[in-house]
This record gives sequence, structure tokens and C-alpha cells, in this order.
Amino acid sequence: MASLSFRNIIKRYGHGPKANQVIHGVNAEVKDGEFIVIVGPSGCGKSTLLRMVAGLEEISGGELRIGDRVVNNLEPAQRDIAMVFQNYALYPHMTNFENMAYGLKIAKVPKDEIQRRVDKAAKILELSHLLERKPRELSGGQRQRVAMGRAIVRQPQVFLFDEPLSNLDAKLRAQTRLEIQKLHRELGITSLFVTHDQVEAMTLAQRMIVMNAGNMEQFGTPEEVYHTPASTFVASFIGSPPMNLLKNAPGVQAGTILGIRPEHLDVTTGDGWAVTVETVELLGAERLIYGRIHGEQIIVRVEEGAHAPAPDTVIHVQPRGDRLHSFNAETGKRM
Amino acid sequence: MEKRVLFRSAWLPWVLLAPQLAIISIFFFWPAGQALVQSFQMQDSFGFSKEWVGFDNFRDLFQDPGYLASFKTTAFFSILVAVSGITLSLILAIFADRIIKGAMVYKTALLLPYAVAPAVAGVLWMFMFSPSLGVVAYMLRQAGFDWNHMLNSDHAMALIVIAAVWKQISYNFLFFLAGLQSIPKSLIEAAAIDGAGPWRRFWSIQFPLLSPTTFFLLVINVVYAFFDTFAIVDATTQGGPGRDTAILVYKVYHDGFKAMDMGGSAAQSVVLMVIVVVLTVIQFRYVEKKVQY
Amino acid sequence: MVERSPYLTAFSHLIMVLGVIIVGFPLYLAFVASTHTAQDIVQVPMPMVPGSNFWQTYHDALFGGGTGAGSTAPVARMMWVSFVTAIVITVGKIAISLLSAFAIVYFRFPFKGICFWLIFITLMLPVEVRIGPTYQVVSDLGMLNSYAGLTVPLIASATATFLFRQFFLTVPDELVEAARVDGAGPMRFFKDILVPLSRTSIAALFVIQFIYGWNQYLWPLLVTTSEDMYPVVIGIKRMLAGGDAGNEWNIVMATALLAMLPPAVVVVLMQRWFVKGLVDTEK
Repeated sequence: MASLSFRNIIKRYGHGPKANQVIHGVNAEVKDGEFIVIVGPSGCGKSTLLRMVAGLEEISGGELRIGDRVVNNLEPAQRDIAMVFQNYALYPHMTNFENMAYGLKIAKVPKDEIQRRVDKAAKILELSHLLERKPRELSGGQRQRVAMGRAIVRQPQVFLFDEPLSNLDAKLRAQTRLEIQKLHRELGITSLFVTHDQVEAMTLAQRMIVMNAGNMEQFGTPEEVYHTPASTFVASFIGSPPMNLLKNAPGVQAGTILGIRPEHLDVTTGDGWAVTVETVELLGAERLIYGRIHGEQIIVRVEEGAHAPAPDTVIHVQPRGDRLHSFNAETGKRM
Repeated sequence: MEKRVLFRSAWLPWVLLAPQLAIISIFFFWPAGQALVQSFQMQDSFGFSKEWVGFDNFRDLFQDPGYLASFKTTAFFSILVAVSGITLSLILAIFADRIIKGAMVYKTALLLPYAVAPAVAGVLWMFMFSPSLGVVAYMLRQAGFDWNHMLNSDHAMALIVIAAVWKQISYNFLFFLAGLQSIPKSLIEAAAIDGAGPWRRFWSIQFPLLSPTTFFLLVINVVYAFFDTFAIVDATTQGGPGRDTAILVYKVYHDGFKAMDMGGSAAQSVVLMVIVVVLTVIQFRYVEKKVQY
Repeated sequence: MVERSPYLTAFSHLIMVLGVIIVGFPLYLAFVASTHTAQDIVQVPMPMVPGSNFWQTYHDALFGGGTGAGSTAPVARMMWVSFVTAIVITVGKIAISLLSAFAIVYFRFPFKGICFWLIFITLMLPVEVRIGPTYQVVSDLGMLNSYAGLTVPLIASATATFLFRQFFLTVPDELVEAARVDGAGPMRFFKDILVPLSRTSIAALFVIQFIYGWNQYLWPLLVTTSEDMYPVVIGIKRMLAGGDAGNEWNIVMATALLAMLPPAVVVVLMQRWFVKGLVDTEK
């Protein structure tokens, strides 16, 4: 177990004037034993960042530390890390036991110690009865567990997860999420988990790094990211349905963007903003009213039994004063 | 195409490549270079004096009726082999595709010629067609046809074509069968629902979809006919009667090792090299691209 | 297929049987011929059913006891030469190509492109187009009439390298990454993971190269002059002394069948892998 330190990490492809910089200076200090989620849309650089920690991509600039060591130039095997891949990356011709034992075999760990560690990991992951089978005989969820087992037996300082749940169906995803949480509680190893799914991020993270186009937009706990988003990007990325970002609502000053979440708008009988209803989505536990105010789209969330207004009618909504956010219209940053 | 993940080592890749590079330098590039050089030279039969003659060897070659005849013979031979081989194998593959029971047995039986060496194939067919004691020759004579491949050039050509095609059936058959089996059944079923009978379905769906395979096999068969058939010719007709079945590669051998015309043989080698290059380029350019679904 | 017409199915079987007969007839005839004496065969038409001379014929073929006008060298020795040649070419080619393909696909190094093209060009230089000078080189190196001369010049052409390259390109990148994270260096990855995964390609290549090596004719013809270094395909040609009557056709046919046996065994045994590997990878 160890801390993780990103100091001005930069990633560039190519050299000279035609070089393409894809990660622009990430700074973050991860504490020993923390579960950190790196979240962002496709192409934001989150996987690249993870792979730089793993040693699978070169670090173009800045310093990366694991514990006290600067690891920029170390091979993956020398960094004391273990990784769980999106497509499991299990060796198809080896049994599950051999898959989990491979790294230890290379590190010349004695056979009885290997046996001990694999058995222990198999027990935690409920794989003991599958050890002599090959990966192709297993279901997707089982394979992912074998992949996790392979990571656990290495007893590394850092666990790296590269979108491990993306290939699983919804139910299995929820189940495996719980297992990962359980694992972290038991083993307490510093973990970096990459995903594009903000729900996974919110539920798993102790703290999360929100990335967009190679920039780290915010690094904070789920609470912080939800209640005090650092930019319009974070504000609209986290939370479903996304936060309303309005330029033209009454009271909004020039050059700023007003942010208010759909769940923080109350329908009134007459006060507040005038919204022209476009459609209403009935979602069982809640209802979403989609409307327009001064030309911009606005979403209002109401309770399950609330009145569902007809399209083209006008309703009035009042934002809760303590839930308003202001962003600079030019930079997108929180003011 | 490059892998995303590459190993980094200054010396290891060279060590790994060394055996292949060493052997191809010594046994491919050096001799090929030599052939090129020799083709521009004229040597006496003892190899003592060499003089540079520029393109003379090539000019003589293309003015030599014997060489041009050999060219024609080879072209004729390879077209016959390619077309007959492909047609026969296609027919077999079509019907094999329809059979479920016993498919394995037929397939194994049809694979056997692949295991027969060209030289042996030549000997087998020569035995059957031998004018004096061959079984097939006998049957032909009973039917009024006077077979003698030792005297009649057309018969000799027929013999080597038959032997060559017999050998290639397996290879072509395998590829056609695989090609047919990779056509989605839904296409054929849709056509059947539209009212097309089997004959029509074949021509409008299966045959067009097989065209990459057909083209690929065409090129392969031509290359085969040009080069791999040396043994067949040597075992059966030795280029005869006279020089009428002396395909190009046979002529290179004969001129270089029997007639000791090193310059001429080298020039012929160079011409063959050019032909192979052209054929290979065609194969890679058009075939590899097309078979990319 | 779509219609379940019994006529069509019966017709299909008919065609297949015809095909098998055409393809198999020469082989059947060869077998029959090898079980008679030379005199029986010379009488036209020869018998169409096997005779009783089986053991004598094969004995004469294998140990060289015939009285034909052509070569009467023992076939057993020639089979051995063919076998060693084929195996050396096969194993050598597979080993060299695995290493070369591995270097080309999985490493970054200067002049990689040039090496790739150099190897590619050799695809266009089958031995038949460079016989004269290659013979010269082999002769200069003192490799005539030796196993080395028979095998080494044929061991490094690019077909196998390309086959493996195509295959390696389909191996998921993640396996390499997982291996790196597990601490495997390049050669470890090669030995523990890449080669086991290449089993099908290796099997297909084994069959193809064994047959290629066994069937080599033009090259051994040039490079060997002593009877005890002839592969069996050359031996069989030399048995024919031109002029049919002088040849002992029963021995010739016996030799033909013997010459066919090892490749046929290899093909039939590896049939499943071979067919899959050949078609999948050639495409």
C-alpha cells in the first residue's frame, strides 16, 4: 500500500511542432489506501492517465511517484502495481489457476506460497471450484473475477482498474461493483479505477478525478463534485438528469452562467420563472418536465404523484436560493 | 499495421532476425544479384573468360524462336491448368457443399493429391498414358484414338496438363469449399424465397460472392503452373517431344545445366524474376485488398 | 441446402463419387501394379485387380534388388533422405519464422521497415528463378551432396514469416500488457504465451512445409550427384530409363506409393488443423 503522487503529468504524442498533447498537466495527491475513480467522457484521457501509472505508456512530462519512489522510467513489473483490464486479458491457453499464478511464477515466488495466495484470493472471490478450468469456459463475470484474482495475489502497492465493468451486463455490473467495494474494504489497497459511467464513479469513489479533454477539471469527494462542481463541464457531467445551465434566466448577470439542478427547482402557483412546457417524462419514482425559458431548455424534476402539465402550457418554477451555482460564461469555471 | 504495445530493446530484435536475414542474404540476394550480373555477360563453356555484353543476351533471347515458343507454351500451359483446375474444383466444391453425410470421407479422399509430389504425379500419369502399356492409352486406342505423347506434341501437352491439374484439385477444392461455406445462408434462403432455383442461385449469388476466391486461385494456379510443375515435366516429357513442352522454368534448367549457356540461362532467370514480381504484386495489391471483409 | 430434393442430393453424391474415382484412380492403379511382377504389367492391358507379388515388389524397391534398366538404388535410403530433409526444412523454417515475425510485430527498432521489405521480396524469388547462381554459392561453400545443401537454401523464405505475422497481429494487445504487468520480458512472453497461442498456425505450417520439403525436386536434382543423397522423388524419376519396356513398372509404382505415404499420413493426421489453418491464414 502506498500513496500516489501526480505532479504536472503531461502526455504528448509525436515530437516537435507537430506533436499532439493529450494530457495537460494533471496534479493530484492520492493518499495511502484511497479508492480513486478517474471519470470522464470517451477520449478525455482517463485511460491514458491510468496506463501511464501502469507503465504501459511513457510519461512525457512531470513526475509520478508511487510511495517515495519516482517511477517515471520504471517498467510495469518494477512498479509494484497490478492491473485489471476491460477485456480481462486472461491467457486463454492457461487454466485459471495458472493465470493467477503467472506473475508470481515470474517473480520466482516459491510454489507453496503461490498456492497459498491463489487459494486465498479464490476464496475471497468465490472461484475455488473454477481454478482448474480455462477462461473460455467461464462467464464474463467469472472471468473478471479471475482477472481480479490475478491482481490480488500480487499483493501490489496500487490496484489499477481499466473500465472493468464495461463489458458486463447491467445486473452483473451492479453485482461486481459491490464486490469491488467489499474487496477494497477488506484489503485496503490504494486503487485507481477508470470509468466513463458517472454512477459508478459516484458510488465507488472516495474521491474522484473528473477529466475532460486532457484536463483535470476537479478532484474531490462525490459530495464536493456534486454540490460544488468546479466547472460547467463537471456540473453537467455529474448527476442525472444533468444540471440546468442557463444564461437567459431572470436575474442572471451578463457574462455568467447560472446553474441549478432539476431537483432543486420547485413548481409554484405563480412566483418564480415562467417555463413553457414541451414534454413530460413519467419515470415511475419521479417525473421530469422538459420546458423552455427565454429560449433555453430547462428540466424540472417533480415527485411521482405531482401534476403533469400539458405541452405548451406555462408553469412557474422557483429555484432554491441555497442551491444556485454561478459559472464564468467564458471560462466555464465556478465563480 | 502496428501494434499499440511494443517492446523496446536495442539488440534483441536484431538477434531474432539474424538467422533469417543471414540466410536470405547468402542464398537469395547474393545469387539473385549474380543472376542479374551474369545476364549481362557472355561466358565460354569453361567459365574462364567473361565479357560484358550489355543487353545482348536479352536481345538474343527475345529473338530466339525457341525461347518465344517456350513462352507461348508456358502461357498456354498455365491458362489450361488454371482454367481446368478451377472449373473442376469448383464443380466438386459446389456439390460437396450440399452434402452433410459423408462429407468428411469425400474431403479426405479429395485431399490426397496434395500429398503426392509433382514428380510422383508425373510418373503416375505417365504410367497410365504410356503408349505401350498404359491402361488409359489402351482404352483410348480401343476407342480409335491413337495416343502417343512421345511423338505428338498435343498429346504431350495434354499429359502434363492433366497431371498438373490432378495435383491442384485438392488445393483449389479446399479454398472453394471454404468460400462457399462462408456465404451467409440467409442470402441463399432469401433468394430461394424470391423464387430462384438452385442453378439461378448459383450464378447470381454464389458465383459473384466467390469472385475474390476465384481471382486468388487464378493467380496461385498461374504461379503454380509456371514454377512448381518442373518436376512433372521432367518426369514425363523432359520438355519433349523436341522442345514442345519445354515450359520456361524447364528451359532455364536445360540451358543452364545441360547446354551450359550460363549467360542465356541467367537472362532467362531474370525474365522469370520479373514475371514473378509482377504476379506477386498483382496478388498482393488486388487480392489481399479485396479479401478484406 | 434449401431444397430437400432427394434427386439433388443423390446427384451430388454421384458427382462426389465420380470426383473421388477420378482423383483416386491413379493411386488405385499404382497399388495394383505394385502387387504384380513386371512381366504381368507389360502385357497390355494390365490386370485391374491386385496380384500376389506384393512382398517381393516392395522388398526389391526398398532394398534395391530390381533388374530394371534405370536406377535400382534402395528406396529405403532415399526415403530416409527425404524424411530428414523435410523435417529439417519444416522445423528450421518454423523456428526461424517465429522469431522473425515476433521481431517484426512486437518491436520498434530502426530499419524495421527495410527488414520487412527485404523479407517480403524473397516471396518473389522461388528457387526456380535463381537456380544457376544459388547452385554456385552452395558449391563454393562445399555444401553439395549434403543435408545442409539440401535444406539451408530452402529454409528462409517468407511464407511462414508472413503467416505468423498475420496471426500475431490478431493477438489482442491486452495480453501483452497483462504479461508486462505480470513481469514478463519479451522472450518470456514469446515462450509462455505467444507460441502456445500459435498452435494452429504452427500445425498448418508443419503440414505445408513438410510436404514442400518432401516434394522438392529441382533443387535436389542440382545439388546431389551421389545416389545415397537422392530424395525419393528424384529416385523415382531415375528409375525410368526411357523406353517403357525396360522399366520395372511394378517397382516404380511401389516406390510411388511409398513416396506418397509419409506426406499422406501427415495430411490425414493433421487434417483438421491443417485445413482451418491454411484457409484462415492464407486469407
